[in-house]
Amino acid sequence: MRVPVQLVLGAALFALFLGAALLSLVWTPFPVTDLDIAAKLAPPGGGHLLGTDHLGRDMLSMLMAGARTSIAVALVAVGIGILLGVPLGLAAAARRGSLLDEVIMRGNDLIFAFPSLVIAILITAVFGPSALNAILAIGIFNIPVFARVARGAALTVWPREFILAARVAGKGAALISAEHILPNIANLLVVQGTIQFSMGVLAEAGLSYVGLGAQPPTPSWGRMLADAQTFFYGYPRLAILPGLCIVLTVLGLNLMGDGLRDLLDPRLRRNVR
Amino acid sequence: MIALEGVSVGIGGAPILRDVSLALEAGRILGLVGESGSGKSMTALSVIRLLPQGAALGGRVLLEGRELTALSERQMCAVRGAEVGMIFQEPMTALNPVQCIGDQVAETLLVHGAAGRSEAASIARERLGRVGLSPDRFPLGRYPHELSGGQRQRVCIALAVALRPKLLIADEPTTALDVTTQAQILSLIRELVREEGMACLFITHDLAVVAEMADEVAVMKAGEVVEHGATAGLLREMRHPYTRALFEASRHRPERAVRETGTPLLEVREAVRDYPLRRSRLFGPRPSFRAVDGVSLTLARGESLGLVGESGCGKSTLTRAILGLEALQGGEIRLDGAEVAPGMPAELRRRMQVVFQDPYGSFNPRHRVGRILSEPFHLTGRPEDAEARIAEVLRDVGLRAEDAEKFPHEFSGGQRQRIAIARALITRPELIVLDEAVSALDVSIRAQILDLLADLQARFGLSYLFISHDLTVVRAITDRVLVMRAGKIVEAGPTEAVFSAPEHAYTRELLAAAPVLPAA
Repeated sequence: MRVPVQLVLGAALFALFLGAALLSLVWTPFPVTDLDIAAKLAPPGGGHLLGTDHLGRDMLSMLMAGARTSIAVALVAVGIGILLGVPLGLAAAARRGSLLDEVIMRGNDLIFAFPSLVIAILITAVFGPSALNAILAIGIFNIPVFARVARGAALTVWPREFILAARVAGKGAALISAEHILPNIANLLVVQGTIQFSMGVLAEAGLSYVGLGAQPPTPSWGRMLADAQTFFYGYPRLAILPGLCIVLTVLGLNLMGDGLRDLLDPRLRRNVR
Repeated sequence: MIALEGVSVGIGGAPILRDVSLALEAGRILGLVGESGSGKSMTALSVIRLLPQGAALGGRVLLEGRELTALSERQMCAVRGAEVGMIFQEPMTALNPVQCIGDQVAETLLVHGAAGRSEAASIARERLGRVGLSPDRFPLGRYPHELSGGQRQRVCIALAVALRPKLLIADEPTTALDVTTQAQILSLIRELVREEGMACLFITHDLAVVAEMADEVAVMKAGEVVEHGATAGLLREMRHPYTRALFEASRHRPERAVRETGTPLLEVREAVRDYPLRRSRLFGPRPSFRAVDGVSLTLARGESLGLVGESGCGKSTLTRAILGLEALQGGEIRLDGAEVAPGMPAELRRRMQVVFQDPYGSFNPRHRVGRILSEPFHLTGRPEDAEARIAEVLRDVGLRAEDAEKFPHEFSGGQRQRIAIARALITRPELIVLDEAVSALDVSIRAQILDLLADLQARFGLSYLFISHDLTVVRAITDRVLVMRAGKIVEAGPTEAVFSAPEHAYTRELLAAAPVLPAA
């Protein structure tokens, strides 16, 4: 089986940022909380590879630690979406047309009906801005997405004969969902996961930009963009660098999602019989 | 008129067709018979040059002296639909579901620039009328989902003959249809071919159909035409051993030991099964559809009972109720005196297992055979000697114990059906429900599976409930037969008696519609 080019490219891009984030846990060129006002706005090269910001913090270290924040927030948010959304979707599919199905799907519609970023702003505004609340806000909107995908995919598996065979073997809906349905829809969930991941990165950057995400001194790409705003004419790199990081991470994840879909979805796979 | 000269097709170096030479004449039907993978459809596709990507075509196809194989793709597009029409097996997917039937027929005319918009509509009306869909009962604005399978196949035929092609290719056009519908569609094709003076390439796996339809027959095996000749003569002489083998397999009847049938095992009394339909108004009453309407039947121990009916007659619904998967709205089902219902105890469920039609869809593709076979242990708890039991049932159905390590896709259709039977056997049941269990198999494989079923019945004293639309198979393997129509049993009796002297008009209609092989 040939691995699609997008997958390789996307995975490489994402691996770069993931590696940087993991490395920042143990080592960054400079501590990110170190303010060195004397060396503020230093140009790239010299002691600081990518220069320093207006408070004299090392840009490379900030970007590495910022990757950590972005990826952690998006990862946990996707996790919330999968852990809550997929069981809901499977339950709705197992009891198709029942009251339970209606309640779950109409609940999904309710969440879908609100503009996600506005609600995220509302949540963080009510409960106070923090990385944790940003995770919750983004995660809630992932639940209906995964519930829909899981339900839709599960509905196409339920009428198949091996499900009927499992029912004849006395298995209940929960066991069938876990044993037979889930493995057969996992590929779709993985693809959706990477797409939601990239949207999570974007949402976290957006929330931090308006000051509702990770709070200083925790570095964050969105926060860095907001800080760089006033210096944009004099020092455009302060905004361009974190902006580029966001774009490349999202691009990498989307490419990965496309590639995985091509790889895992047999309907899109071209094969000569 | 149409000639294939030494046509060969290879895909990735592997030969699919070898040196196929056929000649078709106007107004005559050439039947192309063979089992799956024999290259029947490939032959048709090489005529209209719609081979899969990467296929290499050799030899020549001549249409009235013009060499089709030398045409460019653009020129070929003008030939397809206009000079060569094609009907496919599956009328459910061969039509565009969001386009009304009139437009679909007219489209062919428009694409080929044969008529203007309004003229195309009137030709479409006339053609649809010709295939038996009169415009007053079936307006052009009907959508495919508003039609039955047979009616859709008529639309496909109207589409294929809209431009009065010189060649009509019919690829298993009635395989997805019920016998009575099949008889109508076959006679329609026959009439059209005669009247319009088309040549027809008729592809089927069914020797009985070809015996009724074709003027000439070509038998294919592994990409080659092994025998070719006028229908009557070919079927009388059957010079090639493969033709003979196909013929024998088509009418194969397994040897069944004479058995004493015992006390009643399965009893269905006045079973009623309703389906709720969609509400027509928001708070209106919910209408319902009665799929099974007061059905009663008894199946004795060691007996084979056939249940025959066309699609939509309620036999699948009845099956699901008998398996205890769905609750009845009236009446009762008892297995050895105990009530069968969705909440029935596991021990009762264990005594009744099922084999489905589709050898491809009845296993979870991600599980190994060993795990598939042990699924019914959910009912009994996994026994100590589970591995040994799995090996034992695999050997019982003619597979090897090592096959437990493989995935379902590593097996052929017939082997998969053996796995499905093994899964049904593993709980040591008394009753096995065979739901169209041999309908998707090639005739030679079908013969083997029927033998296996007869053998297992003799060894384990099993009772079978054999559900099928295929009258030949039911006749071959059952002791008694029930004929079901519109949710009711219309006739019941010993199989031979019902088949030789049917009492109900519907049974007679069914039997008359079923194509029969001429006696050898």
